[in-house]
Amino acid sequence: MMNTELKEALIAKLTALADDELILSHRLAGWTGHAPLLEEDIALANMAQDELGHATVWLELRRALDGSDPDRLAFFRDASEFRNCELLELPKGDWAFTMLRQYLFDVYEGLWLQAAQVSSYPPLAEAAAKVVREERFHIQHTQTWVERLGLGTKESHQRAQEALTVLWPYAQQLFAPEAGEDRLVAEGVVPDLEAIRERWLEITGRHLRASGLEPPPLDAYVPRSRQRHTEHLWSLLAEMQSVARWDAEARTW
Amino acid sequence: MVSSVSSKQLWSVLSEIPDPEIPVVNVVEMGIVRDVQVSGGKATITMTPTFSGCPALAAIRESLEAAARQQGFAEVEVRTVLSPPWSTDWITPEARVKLERYGIAPPKPRRDGDLFLIQIEHSPTRCPKCGSLNTSVKNTFGPTLCKSIHVCNACLEPFESFKAV
Repeated sequence: MMNTELKEALIAKLTALADDELILSHRLAGWTGHAPLLEEDIALANMAQDELGHATVWLELRRALDGSDPDRLAFFRDASEFRNCELLELPKGDWAFTMLRQYLFDVYEGLWLQAAQVSSYPPLAEAAAKVVREERFHIQHTQTWVERLGLGTKESHQRAQEALTVLWPYAQQLFAPEAGEDRLVAEGVVPDLEAIRERWLEITGRHLRASGLEPPPLDAYVPRSRQRHTEHLWSLLAEMQSVARWDAEARTW
Repeated sequence: MVSSVSSKQLWSVLSEIPDPEIPVVNVVEMGIVRDVQVSGGKATITMTPTFSGCPALAAIRESLEAAARQQGFAEVEVRTVLSPPWSTDWITPEARVKLERYGIAPPKPRRDGDLFLIQIEHSPTRCPKCGSLNTSVKNTFGPTLCKSIHVCNACLEPFESFKAV
């Protein structure tokens, strides 16, 4: 059994993981019916559905700890209570922006899940082993797109580089630990984000440069806390939560 | 009423339940039902999700429960486990034949390659319509999370294939 302090920290961490997936899923779903190619429309709808599934996995782990209802958390919290990174709430932008953001997130998620498979908390280890199998398809897809955009036409290269320049600092927020996360790391419950970040920098750096793209210098950039959000989260939630708030008993899709 | 149905009989009842998205195969031969326990008036069924975001999960859970209740179990518990993670390697040979006849190329054996290296298809996918191996991948994502879209260069028909997971 976990002590209260560790349990609280794990609940916060699971919430952050779930919120990242949930918000990104909604941004991806915004492409449905609007993607430049039918195949990509289908691909993004699949990825949105996968990320939503992953959010459910993390919220179910949280439910086992504190009995909270995943639907209540997703649809009845206000923006100030969400713990996702700002990276994921930014509007979908153009195709390059969507693909670059997804790539940067996928590599982080893949690395985190690989490391979390040896978690000392068995439910987390089991969930990570499940989710990483699905994430594989995302990484394969988005890293190919980064290469196509970076080495494609002059315009695709320019758009991809502009997207990377905006997204790169935001992406650093993925590696900022939650309060109490150091205790979870010490107990082997979750992987150390600093070690994940080193591998992420190496893998993304190599692939981006091979695709003709250059990550901007980070200089004195300090990642913001997950308690802070851009104004974009408010409008995102207004849309995402509208049906549930209008009719909380709606059950049929 | 206490059901006299054995776990073996319940397994066979559950194998009548079609997969909601691919109705030619059932939820047992797809490897979704992992365990069936019967004790007195209670049935405990353990299932595992194929993909964690699969929208058919709720429908599958409900049909498992309804089928057990119909067999006279007063108490039915459907548990969901994530471990060991579902694999297409668990799909039975009979189900693979049914999938192919239905027009879906069955999954190849699962491989764990490096997550971050671009994986090249190591063997061609056979067209379920004409049997040709001269096929191309059109989309690694398909109409459901578990499938990809291909086209046959011989008979020119598009077809779906199960992703190896």
